[in-house]
Amino acid sequence: MTTVSAPSGRAASHAVRPGLRRSQRRRRLTAYGMLAPALLGLAVFFGYPLIASIVFSFTRYNLLDDPQWIGLRNYEYLFTQDPKVWVAAGNTLWFVAFLVPVRIVCALAVAGLLVRARQASGFWRTAFYLPALVPPVASVVAFVFLFNPGTGPVNAVIRFFGGQGPLWFNDPALSKPSLLLLGVWVLGDIMIIFLAALLDVPREQYEAAELDGANAPQRFRYVTFPNLVPVLVFALVTGVIAALQYFTEAAVASTVALGKASVGEGAGAVLGYPDDSLLTYTQWLYVRGFSNYQLGYASALAVLLFVVAALFLVLLLRRVDAFTPEEAQG
Amino acid sequence: MHRRIMSALGAAAAVTLLAACSGPSNQDVAPTAPEHLEGTVSLWHFFSDREADVIQSVVDDFEAANPDVTVDVHSGQDDEKLQKAIAAGNNVDVGISYSTDIVGAFCSSGAFRDLGPYIERDGVDLGQFSDTVRSYTEYDGTRCALPVLADVYGLYLNDDLLDAAGYDHAPQTLEELEEMALAMTTYNADGSIDVLGFNPLMGYYENSAAHWAPAVGATWLNADGTSAVGSDAGWAELMEWQKAFVDEIGYDKLQAFTAGLGQEFSADNAFQAGKVAMNLDGEYRTAFIDDQAPDLHYSTAPLPPLASHADLYGGGYITGNIGGIAKNSQNPELAWALLRYLTTDTGAVVKLSNGLKNAPTTADALASPDLEVSDQFQTFLNLMADPHSQTTPASPVGAGYQQSFEGYWSKYQQGDGGDLAAGLAQVDKEIDDALALVTGP
Repeated sequence: MTTVSAPSGRAASHAVRPGLRRSQRRRRLTAYGMLAPALLGLAVFFGYPLIASIVFSFTRYNLLDDPQWIGLRNYEYLFTQDPKVWVAAGNTLWFVAFLVPVRIVCALAVAGLLVRARQASGFWRTAFYLPALVPPVASVVAFVFLFNPGTGPVNAVIRFFGGQGPLWFNDPALSKPSLLLLGVWVLGDIMIIFLAALLDVPREQYEAAELDGANAPQRFRYVTFPNLVPVLVFALVTGVIAALQYFTEAAVASTVALGKASVGEGAGAVLGYPDDSLLTYTQWLYVRGFSNYQLGYASALAVLLFVVAALFLVLLLRRVDAFTPEEAQG
Repeated sequence: MHRRIMSALGAAAAVTLLAACSGPSNQDVAPTAPEHLEGTVSLWHFFSDREADVIQSVVDDFEAANPDVTVDVHSGQDDEKLQKAIAAGNNVDVGISYSTDIVGAFCSSGAFRDLGPYIERDGVDLGQFSDTVRSYTEYDGTRCALPVLADVYGLYLNDDLLDAAGYDHAPQTLEELEEMALAMTTYNADGSIDVLGFNPLMGYYENSAAHWAPAVGATWLNADGTSAVGSDAGWAELMEWQKAFVDEIGYDKLQAFTAGLGQEFSADNAFQAGKVAMNLDGEYRTAFIDDQAPDLHYSTAPLPPLASHADLYGGGYITGNIGGIAKNSQNPELAWALLRYLTTDTGAVVKLSNGLKNAPTTADALASPDLEVSDQFQTFLNLMADPHSQTTPASPVGAGYQQSFEGYWSKYQQGDGGDLAAGLAQVDKEIDDALALVTGP
């Protein structure tokens, strides 16, 4: 055994040869060079818009005129006077609270069944994934027609059995659950990730658990679940971010259910139908910015959304150790 | 040190941002109009397909009359794109919008130049436009737009369905309209609506507060710019009548029927398909019917007023397309020449009206023998000239004040609006708060 005594402290750093230092600098420069495109993209497409939004949120700005500094006036209006911001925030939180977990649970259940499929597994995997390939606008239009209270096949079947079908997308109480059904239908995107993760669980762990007498729920709890945690956290984080930015599906559903489309000034009259039940936070932001010419106020709404999303993610990631690099390695 | 650098970067970015938003100011107007026009002028408009061809044909005429001028046409540019293009400093000379709701923001911000100096210099007679049309093309004393045809709203009647129900005339009051509508409504065996006489639901197709306002002569804003919704008794009268009408048939039944109807601007339009006997719609519907339902027997009439406002019969809601010269215009004299041609040249206005089936806005065009006018279309020309016709006032929040009100009306018609007076007072507050945010100190 050879003992090597390492030089310590300042003496050690002085002992580094100039050639080695050059080589380290070169390596560092290479690393920065390779990171540069990503950093540049981050600065241009994230840093700049973020700073711009924060600055504009303190101004009266309609995109057409010079911004006018008004301090905290936009935030004061947001928290004390805006008639719909809390309705929109409530609707958005509804999607965070229901759409995200329901999609995750259903996707996990489908993936669990597909793992066990003995026959035609390729067909079933394709069948469950296909809806995720349909463009969101097309899938919403199809769903609204499917659930059309007057002419849709769903209510036709209900009527055939003597029932009175609900108004679905035209009923404020059912419009969000109707979109939830759509969300479940297009769960293929996260289902395929769960499927890959389930297939990746080492079989030996299941065998060991069986030898220890673990039943099916215990095998899920102590073998499957720990292996899935990173993927679950990924699905949760991306799902929550998507739900906080929920726009397209709700906007198209309102438009189709109402029977007319509009952009710009007219958007405020269409988005949210029925009865503001589908008015999400980002839609309200769009209405105030581009329908009411209040880009400064819309920026304040955007900043609040960013802060809420960031806080949520920080709290979530702090609580889930499995998502930290150390855990992933260990 | 690191924090200081970040602070400096943030401040620099903020200054850059604010500086980047400053556009060039309006240029001075030459004392006399140029004798010869030459150069390239860009025209941004929202029309597409067949309608874009109509615009192009008039542009071709302009180019033929001015051989040294080239018009660079950008079609299919809706208001949002136009707004962004002007804000980004793109070369927009003339912009045409489909909504008068932009006038407040575009005039007050200078996004559209003040046309006053050009109008005064060239002696353009604004008297050729009606008072209503003049009012929706200016804001707070600044005329930054001119009308590019108008949309006028009235009542469409399915003659076959009226005949079958024994009616030979259009309703003269909203109460009569309700009575006729209920008589013409038929039901399926399961109790659902088969054919509806008139759909009273707010939000259905063109049923909006703005389009109904002339039925009671209701006003939106006070002279000081604050909301008049709660203090104008006409609104409450209109809402109470409409709610009672909805209740007569049943909100859920109407919702189920409405949800099953075709999209408004498709061949399945409920009136064109014979599913609704009477419909509130714009004059442009005549072109859709000619194209998509040529066998439909129909007539048109003014939307009648409430019986308590019977003297208002003959009026209707007027709005329209508007055109202006963008603040970034590189060639404002050419832009003015093109805009003036599109909006005041009788031949151009008549050609546009015949092609787009929108109402012309100049007195000469309205009287022109070349204007193609069917019996149904004539109703809308009459509405244009009626002194009881009205429009919505320009506002710096666009249509925001209308949306606040319609949001409450939508709840009210469902029975969730609570006390009407308190609800309207709350609408007033919401509108005033929103306006204060835009215009306040």
